[in-house]
Amino acid sequence: MRFEDIAEGTELPELVFPVTASAIAVGAIATNDYETVHHDKAAAEATGVPNIFMNILTTNGLVQRFVGAWAGPEARVRKIRIKLGAPNFAGDTMRINGTVSRVDPATGEVDVAVFGRNGIGEHVGATVTLHFPERSAA
Amino acid sequence: MNEPSDLYTQALAWLGKEATRPVEARDPVNVPMIRRWCEAMGEENPIYVDAAAAAAQGFAGPVSPPAMLEVWTMARFRHTGRSAEDSIPALVLFDEAGYSGVVATNIEQEYDRYLVEGDRVSYTAVIDEISPEKRTGLGIGHFVTIRYEFTDQNGEPVGRMLFRVLKFKPNLAQPAAAAPEAPAEFSHPRPAVTHDNAHYWEGIARRELLIQQCSSCGHMRHPPGPGCPKCQSLEWRAVKASGRGKLHSFVVVHQPRIPSLQYPLPVLLVELEEGVRLIANGLDLPEADITIGMPLQLDWVEIEPGYVLPAFRAAEV
Repeated sequence: MRFEDIAEGTELPELVFPVTASAIAVGAIATNDYETVHHDKAAAEATGVPNIFMNILTTNGLVQRFVGAWAGPEARVRKIRIKLGAPNFAGDTMRINGTVSRVDPATGEVDVAVFGRNGIGEHVGATVTLHFPERSAA
Repeated sequence: MNEPSDLYTQALAWLGKEATRPVEARDPVNVPMIRRWCEAMGEENPIYVDAAAAAAQGFAGPVSPPAMLEVWTMARFRHTGRSAEDSIPALVLFDEAGYSGVVATNIEQEYDRYLVEGDRVSYTAVIDEISPEKRTGLGIGHFVTIRYEFTDQNGEPVGRMLFRVLKFKPNLAQPAAAAPEAPAEFSHPRPAVTHDNAHYWEGIARRELLIQQCSSCGHMRHPPGPGCPKCQSLEWRAVKASGRGKLHSFVVVHQPRIPSLQYPLPVLLVELEEGVRLIANGLDLPEADITIGMPLQLDWVEIEPGYVLPAFRAAEV
């Protein structure tokens, strides 16, 4: 993706992510998060929820992957801000969509607004700020 | 005039203080951990695992995915559970007060540079913000925000993070009815506790009379409800009433008689000095002594062991 080709309102290709129990547990361990509610169903149920659910660092990683796959290896990630809502419980599916919300030619920065929705509501709302270095050097 | 709850006051003492001891990553930035992370996320950008691809982008070696910033400093797994030295005392305070649930709600990360293979990350963490009690879908609780500053092996800043968690009471405990073996043939009525009024009844159990105040326009309201009747805001805080008020209106009930109550029963509409009105029973108030406008003082009546209700008596003058 070249900075010159990005316009506000551009929509990113949707990512459909199956929230399997394996994906939740593997994501939790890969982010060094050993809280039992992310890998032990009985422990999750004991806290009053129906199943294990995705940890926030995995959501953070999926948001980066989603925007990065569209932006390409030239883009640098400057900021990721995420806010969680409906949990990603095992067995659900999350659909991630994104829209370019800001393009700043002066700084070479681009903001992408990201929304991840699952079967029970909005799991995540995020803003990712990218920087395209060759543009700011020009 | 109005004081926040004791727990909230205690929690606020943590503001600006270190949330945990400073932490240094146990491992330097390394490709095996990055590869495992990329596989978990489905991340396919080669600069994170391949030296040549990273060099093509001007990096000295494979770089850490930015979103892995905190991953490098996460606490180790322990078979016996989280150790005291890994815990955050400000959150333990809420655990001990019954707010045992925890859920992470926000991360805001900012990266100064990409971490390269071999970098070693450290952080310091400070308690940045603690919200008043909030009603959420999970239960009532407090949001606690922790600010992390990340540095590299040379002490240079590499990024920072705001991390917000909700500490909440997972279940709405309904006041227990009188034990079946209790002699009362008709137990005293109990309130129906809902998400909208749980903070109120939990305050009552602590002998604190809590009023809702709109966070947007400052309007005080009672009885408890989810939204502000003046400005429709859903944000609010609980403030502790002084307990002083005056009599706005009243009735004295003679009939019908509920077996567990005592008659004649003065039922008062009290105007609190905070500006809201609430209904409560009168204490030691013979009908002849009751006059509209009389000053009243809050008191507590233990109906049954562990079941307390607010009531009002004539204020000392």
